[in-house]
Amino acid sequence: MRVNFTVNGPPQEADDVWEGESLLYVLRERMGLPGSKNACEQGECGSCTVRLDGVPVCACLVAAGQVEGRDVVTVEGLADFAKQREEHGGCASAGSGARGASGAPEASGTPGTSLDEARGWAAKGTDSGTGEGDELSPIQQAFIDAGAVQCGFCTPGLLVTADEMLERNPSPSDADIREALSGNLCRCTGYEKILDAVRLAAARQSEAV
Amino acid sequence: MATTGTPTDITQGSRTKGGIGESTLRPDGTLKVTGEFAYSSDMWHEDMLWGHTLRSTVAHAEIRSIDTAEALATPGVYAVLTHDDLPTEVKRYGLEFQDTPVLAHGKVRHHGEPVAIVAADHPETARRAAAKIRIDYADLPVVTDEASATAEGAPLVHEHRDDHHADHVPHPNIVHRQPIVRGDADRAAERADVIVSGEYVFGMQDQAFLGPESGLAVPGEDGGVDLYVATQWLHSDLRQIAPVLGLPEEKVRMTLSGVGGAFGGREDLSMQIHACLLALRTGKPVKIVYNRFESFFGHVHRHPAKLWYEHGATKDGKLTHLKCRIVLDGGAYASASPAVVGNASSLSVGPYVVEDVDIEALALYTNNPPCGAMRGFGAVQACFAYEAQMDKLAARLDMDPVEFRRLNAMEQGTLLPTGQRVDSPAPVAELLRRVKARPMPPERQWLTAGEAADVRALPGGLSNTTHGEGVVRGVGYAVGIKNVGFSEGFDDYSTARVRMEVVGGEPVVTVHTAMAEVGQGGVTVHAQIARTELGVAQVTIQPADTRVGSAGSTSASRQTYVTGGAVKNTCEHVREQVLEIGRAKFGTYHPAWATAELLLESGKVVTDGGEVLADLVDVLESESVDLELRWRHRPTEAFDLRTGQGNGHVQYSFAAHRAVVEVDTELGLVKVIELAVAQDVGKALNPLSVLGQIQGGTTQGLGVAVMEEIIVDPRTAKVRNPSFTDYLIPTILDTPTIPVDVLELADEHAPYGLRGIGEAPTLSSTPAVLAAIRDATGLELNRTPVRPEHLTGT
Amino acid sequence: MDFLRPAAWEEALAAKAEHPTAVPIAGGTDVMVEINFDHRRPEYLMDLNRIGELSEWAVGEEHVRLGASVPYTRIMEHLRTELPGLALASHTVGSPQIRNRGSVGGNLGAASPAGDAHPALLSAGAEVEVESVRGVRRIPVEDFYTGVKRNALAPDELIKAVLIKKASGPQQFSKVGTRNAMVIAVCAFGIALHPDTRTVKTGIGSAAPTPLRARAAEDFLNAALEEGGFWESGKVITPSVAKQFAALASGACNPIDDVRGTAKYRRHAVGIMARRTLGWTWEQYRATGTTLEGAA
Repeated sequence: MRVNFTVNGPPQEADDVWEGESLLYVLRERMGLPGSKNACEQGECGSCTVRLDGVPVCACLVAAGQVEGRDVVTVEGLADFAKQREEHGGCASAGSGARGASGAPEASGTPGTSLDEARGWAAKGTDSGTGEGDELSPIQQAFIDAGAVQCGFCTPGLLVTADEMLERNPSPSDADIREALSGNLCRCTGYEKILDAVRLAAARQSEAV
Repeated sequence: MATTGTPTDITQGSRTKGGIGESTLRPDGTLKVTGEFAYSSDMWHEDMLWGHTLRSTVAHAEIRSIDTAEALATPGVYAVLTHDDLPTEVKRYGLEFQDTPVLAHGKVRHHGEPVAIVAADHPETARRAAAKIRIDYADLPVVTDEASATAEGAPLVHEHRDDHHADHVPHPNIVHRQPIVRGDADRAAERADVIVSGEYVFGMQDQAFLGPESGLAVPGEDGGVDLYVATQWLHSDLRQIAPVLGLPEEKVRMTLSGVGGAFGGREDLSMQIHACLLALRTGKPVKIVYNRFESFFGHVHRHPAKLWYEHGATKDGKLTHLKCRIVLDGGAYASASPAVVGNASSLSVGPYVVEDVDIEALALYTNNPPCGAMRGFGAVQACFAYEAQMDKLAARLDMDPVEFRRLNAMEQGTLLPTGQRVDSPAPVAELLRRVKARPMPPERQWLTAGEAADVRALPGGLSNTTHGEGVVRGVGYAVGIKNVGFSEGFDDYSTARVRMEVVGGEPVVTVHTAMAEVGQGGVTVHAQIARTELGVAQVTIQPADTRVGSAGSTSASRQTYVTGGAVKNTCEHVREQVLEIGRAKFGTYHPAWATAELLLESGKVVTDGGEVLADLVDVLESESVDLELRWRHRPTEAFDLRTGQGNGHVQYSFAAHRAVVEVDTELGLVKVIELAVAQDVGKALNPLSVLGQIQGGTTQGLGVAVMEEIIVDPRTAKVRNPSFTDYLIPTILDTPTIPVDVLELADEHAPYGLRGIGEAPTLSSTPAVLAAIRDATGLELNRTPVRPEHLTGT
Repeated sequence: MDFLRPAAWEEALAAKAEHPTAVPIAGGTDVMVEINFDHRRPEYLMDLNRIGELSEWAVGEEHVRLGASVPYTRIMEHLRTELPGLALASHTVGSPQIRNRGSVGGNLGAASPAGDAHPALLSAGAEVEVESVRGVRRIPVEDFYTGVKRNALAPDELIKAVLIKKASGPQQFSKVGTRNAMVIAVCAFGIALHPDTRTVKTGIGSAAPTPLRARAAEDFLNAALEEGGFWESGKVITPSVAKQFAALASGACNPIDDVRGTAKYRRHAVGIMARRTLGWTWEQYRATGTTLEGAA
């Protein structure tokens, strides 16, 4: 079947989708957006968290056919999404900024990661984690700065979840953070640095206001 | 390739920004937060096929026949391979014994063993085709524990053993056995005023790394193959893969892709050979990605263990002797079992002084899932038992458990039961003192001003099981000892290639190693070392691949020590060569070139007094210095097979925990309130990463204390909970605050005085939590993980 | 596999009549797991997300009419006063992400004894509104569960809504899992005080082949409260009454041993939860004489 939806703004079309495919599979294998991670495919780890019409969901549990006509934001679009939200006074909704765009749907994705990219991040030549060249959202920067990233497999899902929590609750208590992130498993960090990162992002956010 | 020997002390200072000792940020951080970091499951190639593995549905059976015809005839299917299709005479592989069939041959020995592989144009096509493969199994009886494995007439898991332990083991279903005998435990027992013994059980833990096994094999025009994969040791994979494919190693080009955690679970091969076989057979790139269900069958687990311990002590609190017997279940294939046995036996005494010991550790072959490496590697199970024993002894002697431990704590100079003398700091008593001195977390944190109880701070959490009823606090302590690096005479080297050149008017250093970055931050540290040693700000870390020599495994807390040591060593040689070039060019202009101690700082050659002699740009001009050198730590020895004597380990690592728990004693639910750690790290090359390792390791120890266990049906040897629904790992609501107290007591034998740190925190975390639960409940609790049933007598 | 996307309820009913094997999918939190892990290959998947009315609720005089696909998050946020027990239960479902997608209709459709909504529905009192092209039926929730993962739906029927009695008194929900979040129930217990009818109703989850009410416990407690004049006096429930209530709740279980827990533990834990939740609700009743929000 064919599925049309927007991803991080622009409309996308996926063709020849098997009906049993998840949104996660379509993003990763058909749209060239492997940032959402395939850690459990049963909704128990949160690594594939994306925003579906603004709501954080596990992309592995959304059937591809269910996203027809809907808006999806993934970690790849998080920086733009946060920027847009900031420009709109903190009330951007998922994908809304691009919905009126007149561009024709892009051809059905440049799938996956090319081998050159696959050969490694180091080829990009930066060795400090300051994010040069990439504009990051506050939560992304905070994860780097606080040491919340180790293997990084849980990171994309945590970022999408944490960003949405800070949107709703700009000054969360530790218990609020823990509850909001309780659907995102991390196996490397013991969560302490993740808590630090969310606190840091919240603090920077409140300073900026 | 040149080889150099022992570590040197010729480190220069760390004045260059971003050098060792700073918490520089991860070089891969930006890519990881933007979703652009390419993990092994993210690979994609034009025209690629999807591989799928058909696994045995039974634990032990003869394979009477396999019929792949219908699967092969499925549209979209490009290949279906079984054991009969393997291209060479090498049809088995393994880390230490080559006992693992690439695809099952004649019989299957455990639930989930790979039997056939399929390549198709879509994962669903491959799954449907695999479902059409007909296998006729004839069930065989299973052996699942020591009694059944060594019973008269027990079926042999491997009938024709040809490994190097086959001759000395007491039974063919015992992989390896290592006794350690020193002094006379029986006679020493006569001096004891109290003797305590216990039988302890450690459940099967899973590494549960979040990135499942996956990778992409691309056939090359030269008949070789390029493999992009997540592993812990590229060259070990290569050594096992190439012979099965019938290719010389240089035709199997491996590149490390992003690794979503490892923790020991990627030491063994998973999909590597399968993907290569399918790619070579079809002439197309083949991607294999396990899902979480398959991942539970795709890698080895931590050995479940039964441990019998007896200790004695005098009434003034001195340990008299230790007798122990540790039985590890290695499952159907050897994997790392022999080395795990070596660790379990040699570290079974813990960080204590005990002169008279009678120790035995062994690993079984059974039809249970294969077990091998996991963070802590044999030392974890022992620590759980000896720390329970320490608490029992302290209680019997009416002594404070921490004081009792401190009284018996080993220190630098202690002679271990293996006869090895501890020749670097062993601040065991100090670590215990530190965690004990820390203020207690406040009581009853669930009480909120004027409102209902905050269930998030209570046992049961969001499930709303208690508002304080039945909740009792408990406190427990534990300390552990872990070896660092590969032991028992293994040639544990690493290789680093370092190049210095001028690019765009700036000196630039490139570091290339085959070290598997699995999240631990080795890449961060390598750049720091290069900056410190070469005084250059711009350092590029090359992707790990097999174009450079082996880095050894990202295991055994060893990479910062060994590959860090290799990077340091090569940098030192590069520095010498750069200075040689400088001397040749500029030596006549300034006497300091010949007489002074010269350093590289901030892109310049300077004297140790700080006088600038030249810019590196001018020294190098268009030249480059490019060296690839091997480096190894001082050698170790094998343990004597009868007595266990030998200088088996390189370095030891220590951590202590204090756990504060609150237990709902009626429902048997546990909330860990705080897990305080003190650890000696020798030298923190990157303090932020050090904390991350300690907190992460601590949390894995917590997991196996209260929730994590792979449950295997003892009748069928089948895994009952291969999913994240029923194999539970801690969420952020299960994980307490983890305050860390870091000591830096240099080990003079190690680069920068550093100590491997990754594993020690996993050891003592579990027994500390157990001790705290015992403190809260008064129960004996000889098993981990603790389940609500154990706390409620149900 | 075919993917059906009815745009309206009538279309969905027609499709279900035409393809009785079609598996409805809304939040996907059960169905997609089964598909991802190759446990299920339905001929047809029928997406219900397009049918807006399934995601709506209405608060009436007596009942809340809860659309089958209303996500748990909405229940926690908007229905804490009317449905305190269900709001508490909703808060224990999976993770925030799961609660954003999962719904009571899904719990009923799957009819797993471990579904978190069931004890709350049983204790509050609820009817399941199901419909097919043949017409509408309302099934008391007690009768809806017919076996392990089986329910009273005919092959051509779909769940449209649940009519849940509005709380007239305090309600509680408690669930045992071996993790502090994101965990499937080892067992669960729901209780609702109904001061309007002077009754107490209960629900037990994951401790029998189906969710069920602890009727003997309810009967015992209702009689004890009535005879002792507790409803009027609001006095403290005597420990012996609470203890007997707990024992009877425990006795209502018919659990199994599985990887999540033993049968013996489940019986034990249901008793503890029964006693505690009775205590909590009765304290609330004494303090206010009326309903309290669930602390969701």
